[in-house]
Amino acid sequence: MIERDLVIVGGGPAGMAAAISARESGVKDILLLERDQYLGGILNQCVHTGFGIEYFKEVLTGPEYGNRFVEKIKGAPEIEISLRSLVVKLTKDKTLTYIKPGVMEEVRAKAVIMATGCREKTREMVHIPGTRPSGIFSAGLAQKLINIEGLLPGKEVVVVGSGDIGLIMARRFTLEGARVKAVIEIQEKSRGLIRNVAQCIEDFDIPIYFRHKILRICGLDRVEKVVVVKVDENFNDIPSSSFEISCDTVLMSVGLIPENELIEMAGVEIDRKTNQPVSKEVNKTSIPGIFCCGNSFKIYDLADWVSKESAVAGKMAAEYIRSLK
Amino acid sequence: MKPYDVIIIGGGVIGTSIARELSRYKLKVAILEKEEELAFGVSKSNSGIIHPGTQNPIHSLRGRLCVQGNALTRKMSRELGIDFKEVGELIVAFNEEDRLKLVQLKDEAEALGVPRLKIVDRAWLKINEPNLSPEVIAALYAPTAGIISPYRWVYDLAENAESNGVEIHASTKVEKILPSTRTGGDFEIYTSKGGFRSRYIVNAAGLFADDISRLVGIDDFKIRARLGEEFLLDKKKENITNHLIFPLPSKDSKGVLVIKTSDGNPMIGPTAQDVDSKTDLSTSAEGFKKVLSSAQRLVPSINGGDVIAYFAGLRPASGGDFIIRHEAKAPGFINVAGIQSPGLTAAPAIALMVSGLLKKNGLSLKRKLFFHHHRKREAHLFNIPLSETKRLIKRDPCYGDIVCRCEMVSAKEVTDAIKRGAKTLDGIKFRTRAQSGRCHGSFCTTRLMKILEEETGKKPTDITKRGKGSEIVKEDRLCD
Repeated sequence: MIERDLVIVGGGPAGMAAAISARESGVKDILLLERDQYLGGILNQCVHTGFGIEYFKEVLTGPEYGNRFVEKIKGAPEIEISLRSLVVKLTKDKTLTYIKPGVMEEVRAKAVIMATGCREKTREMVHIPGTRPSGIFSAGLAQKLINIEGLLPGKEVVVVGSGDIGLIMARRFTLEGARVKAVIEIQEKSRGLIRNVAQCIEDFDIPIYFRHKILRICGLDRVEKVVVVKVDENFNDIPSSSFEISCDTVLMSVGLIPENELIEMAGVEIDRKTNQPVSKEVNKTSIPGIFCCGNSFKIYDLADWVSKESAVAGKMAAEYIRSLK
Repeated sequence: MKPYDVIIIGGGVIGTSIARELSRYKLKVAILEKEEELAFGVSKSNSGIIHPGTQNPIHSLRGRLCVQGNALTRKMSRELGIDFKEVGELIVAFNEEDRLKLVQLKDEAEALGVPRLKIVDRAWLKINEPNLSPEVIAALYAPTAGIISPYRWVYDLAENAESNGVEIHASTKVEKILPSTRTGGDFEIYTSKGGFRSRYIVNAAGLFADDISRLVGIDDFKIRARLGEEFLLDKKKENITNHLIFPLPSKDSKGVLVIKTSDGNPMIGPTAQDVDSKTDLSTSAEGFKKVLSSAQRLVPSINGGDVIAYFAGLRPASGGDFIIRHEAKAPGFINVAGIQSPGLTAAPAIALMVSGLLKKNGLSLKRKLFFHHHRKREAHLFNIPLSETKRLIKRDPCYGDIVCRCEMVSAKEVTDAIKRGAKTLDGIKFRTRAQSGRCHGSFCTTRLMKILEEETGKKPTDITKRGKGSEIVKEDRLCD
């Protein structure tokens, strides 16, 4: 088994910031495991601007923002990067098993930082009844299809929920020539950033329905329409208010869940409702030496804040490793 | 028109079981399936339970075929390299009146030949099924109940039948049949993909068996769709029960169950509701409420928040027992209709019965010199230990290229699935489990599309969820 001082799982904004700061805090032997073929994580598909305002005092796109960190990491001999490497097992004594094409490796670390990000809630998690045709996408998948693959998922879109990715994708679809017919939000205001509501929805005259929800998705092979209903202050349907919107695509943007299945496997205490590690202090978990940062620790609104707080995780891990000697 | 000895209409578990059975003999056999892939009809939403034979009327055909099918499925699952797990079932009683019904169920099942039944008490349940509601006072334990993956079972049967010479024609919808009485010899079958000529037809068309039967003038039965909604729980809850848990059955349904599945995810359901449409697979808010509360009555710790997926299926209900018979008015035409629960279990026994009916009606069954009994088991990383995965990765590096991270499915498994016949994203999902985990394909869909493009030469705009009309994307901005 290979032994390392620090293993960081995830090469998105959180993992990269943690790696850089751990190195600056004196850790000399860092392994960064990234499951994709590039560093940068979700930033790669975020081609819109709005990144870096807090961190660099500049307005950057997602890939530009990510690249600032990639450049720094690539210049650091203390940080070994292993791409296409998926961690499949983590134990409480900090042994990790990861798989990449051709190789399964076990590595034992003095400290581990988990920067595994989050996943989007699905239609199933909010229990929207109806059929299961093609044309139902998470906002993030639609973003990847358009921005990375150059594919247009649909032409008449209804966005469910008004999370930031949903708002940004409403604009993105509009710019691609698709028609965004509605954003449906069950709360009385958007859960996204104010600037996104203004720049992505209001500026493009996209109708947004607050206190409404999708009653049913219809369509045999492809989405054909959704049935929408108004809800009262207790979120109960007001049946007389229901109406239909024809569309070929439903975009789900109803929240994010930290991806913490690996630390759960290791025995870290997890809050069942939020899927976050139970913790009194930022980046810490119930197992000393296993840290968790970025969106896997808690859902952040801005990548800039992920970078800032994950840098703290790098320092904490460095201190922990020093304390072992 | 190409001549065949037997044409089987319908590529679900019944059609493929019959095809596999007939492939032992020197016969020219083909399956015609209207969907793009096999198992895309009734079979895809099956619960995957191999029933022991309980809860069937004593003199019913389905009861007899179920008991026989249970034994045959065990043997065939070994031959075809698919997991069959004997998990056992518990039919539970909440009061003394229920307990008496258990005794009656036990007597009826024993008369059908169901082995090793026993009524277990609260003390036994506390040890062997600790999450069961404390209000359950006793249960009928049927240890021979098992689980299998219903769609992988269909694919494995079909693959083995194909290796023994059976032809499979997908996207082939039967539109018209000229009966043997009109042609004076073979049936002439006209489809969306041209004509076929055959001495015998086996109608295993599931929900549409009445429509197919009507094409040869037999219209004395009707198939009604009975909708069942099922809800899958997160794999983390795999061991929420050790057995399949059944309430006492009602007159026309086995009720809402807590089901163990071959894939690990527990499942709760199904509902049972007669519907008019044979294509509408909608789930409902009421269905969810009903299933959740019924399941919680059996196992109180089941949590609605653990539901990661749901779907609905349609049972092909005839209103009575299975209809399996040769039609004298259309000589050579065999109806296999109204095969609802326990159809998956009974399938191999139904296949034997159908080959008997064919023989009785003049088809000569001569054994092939070489019949491939066995099918090579393919590897699925999700159900093997990591040490085994390590060995596989050494043998083929593509096992280390993980495509679906929620369910740990490698690129190698996906390309294998495509080589073995998957043409759609659902076809890949059913064979490999890619996209069936927590994220529902959010992370792996683009990669799966790319592998399908590479392996089949399809354009991204041609890739579908489950066949024509269900294309994933509308336009390719780089090409169009």
